[in-house]
Amino acid sequence: MNEKTMKASRKWQTIFFILLIIGMTLASSAITGFNIIHGIATLPKAGAWILSNLMITQESLERLPTILEKLLETILMSIAATTTGTAVAFFLSLMGSKTTGTKKVFGVFARFVASASRNIPVVAWALILLLSFGQNSVTGYLALFVGSVGFLTRAFIESIDEASQSAVEALRATGATYFQIVFKAVVPQCMPQMISWILFMIETNIRNATLVGILTGTGIGYTFDLYYKTLNYNAVALVTFSIILAVIVIELMSNYIRKVII
Amino acid sequence: MDASTYIKREASGRIAIKMGSKSERVMTWTVTVLIALTIAAFLFFDYTGLDLSKAIPETFYNLKTMFLEPALSHFTWGQAFYQMGVTLGLAFLSTIFGAIIAFFLALMAASNLSKAWISKTVRVIVAFVRAVPTVLWVLIFAIAAGLGSEAAVLGMLFHSIAYLVKAFSEAFEEVDQGILEALRATGANWWHIVVHAVLPSTFTYLLSWTFLRFEINFAVAVAMGAAAGAGGIGFELFMASGFYFDLREVGMITYMILIFAIVLEILSTKMKERYFPAAAKSAN
Repeated sequence: MNEKTMKASRKWQTIFFILLIIGMTLASSAITGFNIIHGIATLPKAGAWILSNLMITQESLERLPTILEKLLETILMSIAATTTGTAVAFFLSLMGSKTTGTKKVFGVFARFVASASRNIPVVAWALILLLSFGQNSVTGYLALFVGSVGFLTRAFIESIDEASQSAVEALRATGATYFQIVFKAVVPQCMPQMISWILFMIETNIRNATLVGILTGTGIGYTFDLYYKTLNYNAVALVTFSIILAVIVIELMSNYIRKVII
Repeated sequence: MDASTYIKREASGRIAIKMGSKSERVMTWTVTVLIALTIAAFLFFDYTGLDLSKAIPETFYNLKTMFLEPALSHFTWGQAFYQMGVTLGLAFLSTIFGAIIAFFLALMAASNLSKAWISKTVRVIVAFVRAVPTVLWVLIFAIAAGLGSEAAVLGMLFHSIAYLVKAFSEAFEEVDQGILEALRATGANWWHIVVHAVLPSTFTYLLSWTFLRFEINFAVAVAMGAAAGAGGIGFELFMASGFYFDLREVGMITYMILIFAIVLEILSTKMKERYFPAAAKSAN
């Protein structure tokens, strides 16, 4: 009997869950004005449009040097934002982690900074910084930097908490100072994990840099926006392909590094 | 042979106490290259029109205005919540459709459930789709399919599918090979295996990933509103800062986004802790 009621209640749970999903889908469609049939119907048209218009031509290839320069700027911007973000996130995570945290106040402070900078979207940071920093690389860099600090702090705190306590305790027993403990016990253990997170952040930042670039008028995002608004779709295709290529190359490189170090 | 030939010495003649392994070397190289690139980046930056002595205090003043005196001036609370609903709706639609499509594609991409060449093809396509930033997908669909929520949902859908296929197929590949073999031995066909072995053992995992993607899609939907005119709260944010220069309103909108994002994050962390505490940590 017990098993039967359990089965029945699970069945009702499933039905309730499915109905909830369907209800939310319908509500979302209504509020956004999304029509699934129209959406599917436009898909082949969109595909045909992409195939016929997004073609790299001889004429657009002439713009390649400018595009590559902007792409390089964007990649460097993402890397700089990640590495400098790492430096800040490292100290914040030392404060925030249970293993290495010294005072509770610092821990709360670190978690608060991380949460606020992570959850305020990059878009908002970009728009706020644009007002006073103006249209240059530093605006884009700072917007990415703030997001990186938030994300990396959260990731690093998890890595440090995960690392074994015993090494820290052993060093503490020998009378090692705080920084000796951090650099001889915590850092060596967390290094592979941290590098893996840093590489992940660089990949994410390059994609985000496009978005930030569109908003702040810097890097490859601005180039894309410029060609997009002047209806130069061949150049748009070239920009898109160069971004794809850059992202894939960086992903392959970081996959290789990850495979070796972990 | 005397023992000294087996002892590695440094150039100065001291006995080397550290054996450099490959992983250590790679780590050192990675860090060095990254630092060098960072220095290069700061030299390469375009600093036109930048005046730090003015920009930094100005930013702090702006942040103070935003966060200490938030107010709505160009639209009402009702409209603000409606726009928030639009953003959440866009995020929800692209997540739910993405999850359904990604489920089937992930079955094809999982190496233990599908043929090698199908799995490879799906993986390559997915890697390609994932490499294109979402905003480019949305902008491309905006011209191809006409501006509107369809373009936004389709654009976000592409990236969601690519992300979830990777996560789902990794979950499927971790299913115990013994269960699959046992079912195969009883003469179960492919669908039986999927429904009775793969789905039950990975369901909470899939749910958790989907929710995580919803959290990401919420931020993406805000961004698409601002950068690609997809509507919703992101568009209001863009208007408030780019057209009205109304910092108080920017502050209010940022607060709203922040509260929603934190609630979603707490929910997804709770879900992870409840369903798979061990896997949540290694997930990226």
